[in-house]
Amino acid sequence: MSTVVVITSGKGGVGKTTSTAALGAALAQSGQKVAVVDFDVGLRNLDLVMGAERRVVFDLVNVTQGAAKLSQALIRDKRLDTLFLLPASQTRDKDALTEEGVAGVISELREKFDWVICDSPAGIERGAQLAMRFADKAVIVTNPEVSSVRDSDRIIGLLDSKTLKAEQGEQIDKHILVTRYDTSRSARGEMLNIDDVLEILSTPLLGIIPESEGVLRASNMGSPVTLNDPNNTAARAYLDAAKRLLGHDLPVALPADKKGFFDRLFGRRAA
Amino acid sequence: MSLLDIFKRRGSAPVARERLQVLLAYERTNRDQPDLAALLREEIMAVIARHVEVDQDHVKVTMDRGDTTSTLEIDINFPNSAVNALAS
Repeated sequence: MSTVVVITSGKGGVGKTTSTAALGAALAQSGQKVAVVDFDVGLRNLDLVMGAERRVVFDLVNVTQGAAKLSQALIRDKRLDTLFLLPASQTRDKDALTEEGVAGVISELREKFDWVICDSPAGIERGAQLAMRFADKAVIVTNPEVSSVRDSDRIIGLLDSKTLKAEQGEQIDKHILVTRYDTSRSARGEMLNIDDVLEILSTPLLGIIPESEGVLRASNMGSPVTLNDPNNTAARAYLDAAKRLLGHDLPVALPADKKGFFDRLFGRRAA
Repeated sequence: MSLLDIFKRRGSAPVARERLQVLLAYERTNRDQPDLAALLREEIMAVIARHVEVDQDHVKVTMDRGDTTSTLEIDINFPNSAVNALAS
């Protein structure tokens, strides 16, 4: 049984691509066969975050248009042999993707992979709607910040109306992934807390990813954070979120705002 | 975090800078131009198709773009019967 997941948010810059790379790698680390698909046509970045930018030959649009076979466009990760990337195209033609083309690629991916993780572009336009169109599950990446929560609410509306599942009268399985969470700021009342976010969006929680230096470091290195630094607090939160996707019933803990000895010594925030 | 991490810390920004320089140099020169890898592949495939029938599923194309040179690797699997037919 294959599961198609869309990583979406409405708002840009909240961590969709980082989360796609981290969750995709985390699932592959547990032995699942995973394809991560970049739907951000014209502004691809998943290749860069995964460290495969020098190896792109063909892309999603080439496959939907029949110019390349899916097997030719998939790039196997150099670190994990069950992890594959299907890059987006850099074309400026916004109609390069068609619904029929995407349907074909997704059904072919379903045959080959346990998990197909679709990295949605920001916004609520065609690209974002195509990324969610054939999904079984949605991960809505949300920062504890007013504009992000508002945009997540709009995306939830789209997930409940514009996806194939919704049109067939079924419910798409939706989860909130809170990213860039800062426990101490939330405790001081400077940041929306998790309960506020979940109550407003009335959607279950997949995980809380703490703000961490390790995430930027991983992007710099071109490696998903769960691979680059598996003991990092954000990486551990992503690994737990992946286990929940796999059906494990793990309690969600608020990230501890613990500082290590050296962080204390140098007055640095815990990474 | 360990002592080792302290020494590792400095590493990631220069790596990011170098990766971006290589990528952007390539993307700036290739913007709005047909992709060289795709072009080479198509012409090479056309030459091969004149001699043997090759299924696209058995053609693997890999690319590795470096800062000064790039490698394009085309891996073609064809049945031996096709070669024998050609020799006779």
